Amino acid sequence: MSNYWLFIIIVIYLASLFGIAFLAEKNAKSKWVNNSIVYTLSLGVYCTAWTYYGSIGIAANSGISFLPIYLGPVIAAPLWIVVLRKIIRISKQHKISSIADFLSLRYGNNRFLGALVTLICLLGIVPYISLQLKAVSETFQILSDDTSYVSTSVYDDSTFYIALLLAIFATFFGTQTTDASEKRKGIVMSVAIESVLKLVFFLCVGFYVTYILFDGTEDIYTRMVERSNFSVLISINGFENGFIWLYTILLSFFAIFLLPRQFQVSVVENVREKHLKNAIWMFPLYLLLFNVFVIFVAWAGNLNIGIEEQAEYYALLLPLKNGNTTLAVLVFLGGLSAVISMVVVSTLALSVMVSNNLVIPYGFLDRFIQSHPERNAKYIKNIRRISIFSIIIIAYAFYVNFSYELSLYSIGLIAFVIIAQLAPSFFIGLFWNRGSSKGTIIGITAGFLVTFYTLILPFLIEAFTGSNDFAQNGFVPIEALKPHALFGIDFLSPPTHAFFWSMLVNGSCYLLFSLLYKGNYRERNYAEMFVDSRNYSDLQDGALVWKGEAYVAEIKNVLNKFLGQARTERALSLFFRKYNLASDTQMADARLINFSEKLLTGSIGSASAKILISSVVKEEEVSLVEVLKILEESKETIARNKLLRDKSEELTQLTSKLKEANSELIEKDKQKDEFLDTVAHELKTPITGIRAATELLMDDSDEMPVELRTQFLKNMMQDSDRLSRLIHSILDFEKLSKGRAQLSLKKHNIRETIQRAIQNLEHIASRRHITIIHSNNSDVFAQYDEDRILQVLTNLISNAIKFCKPEQGEIVVDYKYEKGLLEVSVKDNGKGIPNQDIPFIFDKFYQSKNQNIIKPEGSGLGLAISKTIVENHNGKIWVKNNEKNGVTFGFQLPFK
Amino acid sequence: MKKIVIVDDEPNIVMTLEYTFKKQNFEVYIARDGGEALEILETVVPDIILLDVMMPKVDGYQTLKLIKENKKLKNTKVVFLTAKNKASDIEKGVKLGADKYLTKPFSIKKIVSEINELITT
Repeated sequence: MSNYWLFIIIVIYLASLFGIAFLAEKNAKSKWVNNSIVYTLSLGVYCTAWTYYGSIGIAANSGISFLPIYLGPVIAAPLWIVVLRKIIRISKQHKISSIADFLSLRYGNNRFLGALVTLICLLGIVPYISLQLKAVSETFQILSDDTSYVSTSVYDDSTFYIALLLAIFATFFGTQTTDASEKRKGIVMSVAIESVLKLVFFLCVGFYVTYILFDGTEDIYTRMVERSNFSVLISINGFENGFIWLYTILLSFFAIFLLPRQFQVSVVENVREKHLKNAIWMFPLYLLLFNVFVIFVAWAGNLNIGIEEQAEYYALLLPLKNGNTTLAVLVFLGGLSAVISMVVVSTLALSVMVSNNLVIPYGFLDRFIQSHPERNAKYIKNIRRISIFSIIIIAYAFYVNFSYELSLYSIGLIAFVIIAQLAPSFFIGLFWNRGSSKGTIIGITAGFLVTFYTLILPFLIEAFTGSNDFAQNGFVPIEALKPHALFGIDFLSPPTHAFFWSMLVNGSCYLLFSLLYKGNYRERNYAEMFVDSRNYSDLQDGALVWKGEAYVAEIKNVLNKFLGQARTERALSLFFRKYNLASDTQMADARLINFSEKLLTGSIGSASAKILISSVVKEEEVSLVEVLKILEESKETIARNKLLRDKSEELTQLTSKLKEANSELIEKDKQKDEFLDTVAHELKTPITGIRAATELLMDDSDEMPVELRTQFLKNMMQDSDRLSRLIHSILDFEKLSKGRAQLSLKKHNIRETIQRAIQNLEHIASRRHITIIHSNNSDVFAQYDEDRILQVLTNLISNAIKFCKPEQGEIVVDYKYEKGLLEVSVKDNGKGIPNQDIPFIFDKFYQSKNQNIIKPEGSGLGLAISKTIVENHNGKIWVKNNEKNGVTFGFQLPFK
Repeated sequence: MKKIVIVDDEPNIVMTLEYTFKKQNFEVYIARDGGEALEILETVVPDIILLDVMMPKVDGYQTLKLIKENKKLKNTKVVFLTAKNKASDIEKGVKLGADKYLTKPFSIKKIVSEINELITT
């Protein structure tokens, strides 16, 4: 394929990415842009050309040792929910825009530390970017017809133009606002799309190689087994290599948090914390998919091409050699996607660091103070734009001058080791409030020097001179100081060896000097805020301890310079409203200082923000003890307030519960009173009769006619019977309704129970010429307390006798079994019950006004007792008037 | 001859009162509830009405109210004779215009003397 065609394809491809980014910026609030899938895919910026081409190279030449680079992130992903969430929360709260800013703020707005971290990142990442450019250039050459062509001048090197286009892209979408903590949705969206494309194209070529060029995975495997070095390619290779694996996994574990581009997409560009939840499983899945075909493409390359030097480009060479140019172009575009996303996000992240942590705090602050807001915004943006171009041009220059001989994989690992120097102060500092800036600076510097001696220097010397003499022996012939085998540790690969020693030195220095030098009060203040972030997010602006004299007007003046008048006014009025302060407040307090620093942090970095604000306020030194005391107090106040609030809520709930219980008790009490009243009334009635009759018999017995005397005596007996019946019923009812009566549930035949009830009442019925019909012959057995059900039946039937007219009275007792329920009914042909009485018929002492038989036959408790008995059987009882005349009582018992 | 209407739904109690007042030379009328009493009162103007409270259909309080509306009965004395003996019940009865409030169980002698006292004043 000709150069020009290829270049046109690249330009079209880039143009469409531009379009996507542009659309995403325009629809920044759309759910298509703000979701966990886009977030996860943007994390895929981790997979660069190193993954795309380098893994295959490693797999082809040294087996599965490409894997640990992906295992680290996979292991890290579940921890995101704790660690990354904490980082995101802190960063959002403080408007942090890069990892340099994060560390600088954690260690007390330390300007030097911010600059140091920026330099470390530049040293690690710029060569890494240049390697990406190298990948573009080499794949471009492979794909174009003219394989012998080597560009002699920058101007006809297509890579140079591609680099420039990327710089324009990053500038256009990356520097739209001065506040670097603002989201750049266009870039994130394009990165997400690129993540999809590179994965899909990579899977395409994997599938093509495995299933079309070869006959599936097994085919490749069986052919590889025949090779002599096969066993080396599929194993970890012993104990010593186990260490290499372990350290490489750890290295990539750190990288997924610390690489500037990863911090950018995972923290700065995070829209919502909850997107993490999906990312923790989707991202490992993404990496897994990416690695599915690596080993097969590599082996297929070994079998089909077998040129060790070109192993990194097997994915491209295999389709090309087998005549599938279209697929080769797609593979090229996939690799280009990986490069674009890495280069754009990395340069963007680095440019923010360079401007906010290096250039602005070390030179531009004075000029900003004297200038206008519009011009300041322009300055800041321009610093970033120049940074982007400079970084890309330096990376390009590095590539042109150094990297012809370097493999993607080795430079990638060197970058990881350099970036890993941030790990001790980053991770330990998140959880240990004693970590201090001195410890951090010494640790990082020492760690970097070790890395320089054991990894970078030997690498550079070898690259320049072509001899590995230095790497083997060092400057001086001392055994213990060999760069690749310090103190006799000679079994590790150079990167893991450098990683091991630099981490050891870095971490020890960090811990030791942190313990030796406590750091000033501000440092401890931020340490507390970072370590105990959950607690301090409640305190918000009150989490910064600050004492001194400051005027709102002067702070406003500073804010004006960077935010412009309108934004400053808006921000301040929000602030005053939030804390209930008068809008013409004159003296600034700690909260306003903290709030203003945060406002500026996004634009100029935390160190510069602090310097600027302190230039207009008179700050008093606060002792460390005091800081800790004040923090502890405000934390306690918050905790106490929360406790009080909880307690008061609890009390309110308790009060309402008590009220409810009380009114229930009052209601119960009233019912009890009414019941006792009625009981007393009912008991008094027969006693009154007995009392009066006795008196008459006593005083008048001589004059009284005999028949009357006999009648009075009969009445007395009747009243006595009534009294004892009443007492019995009351006690029975009380026992039943309190649940104190134990039911003796046994299996009985309902037909027989009904028969028995009828037998007891037949003589009363026949005396009134009332017939009781019971014609159901079926045997239905159910579990019930026979004595109690007999009581219910007796009550219902004798009630029916009361309601029936004598002479023509007819009572029908029947039962049926249906849907697990036994239903018994007692039907009479009396007058029926007035409808207004029906709801109360089962109440205690409720006597219908319609009954034919006058007192004193009932106790007034019969139906109430029947209801309680049925309910104690978990059944229900009811009454309804018949359509013609009379009434039907019925009850249901669950069939067991 | 003095006339008395006994209103009560308990036949055994009524029987003792009936005997007692007949012996005292009263003309005795019996009603089992307020409704029956009012029926009797349409034709009879008694000297005294002995009224229970808790009765089916029309209770004692209601009956008293209706009696008070009847101008013919303005000289008739009304006596409650009931098992309800709470202070609030008594107060209610007196407020409605009962001339006496007697409680069950009662002493025959006391009833007789109370009623005689009421008639002579």
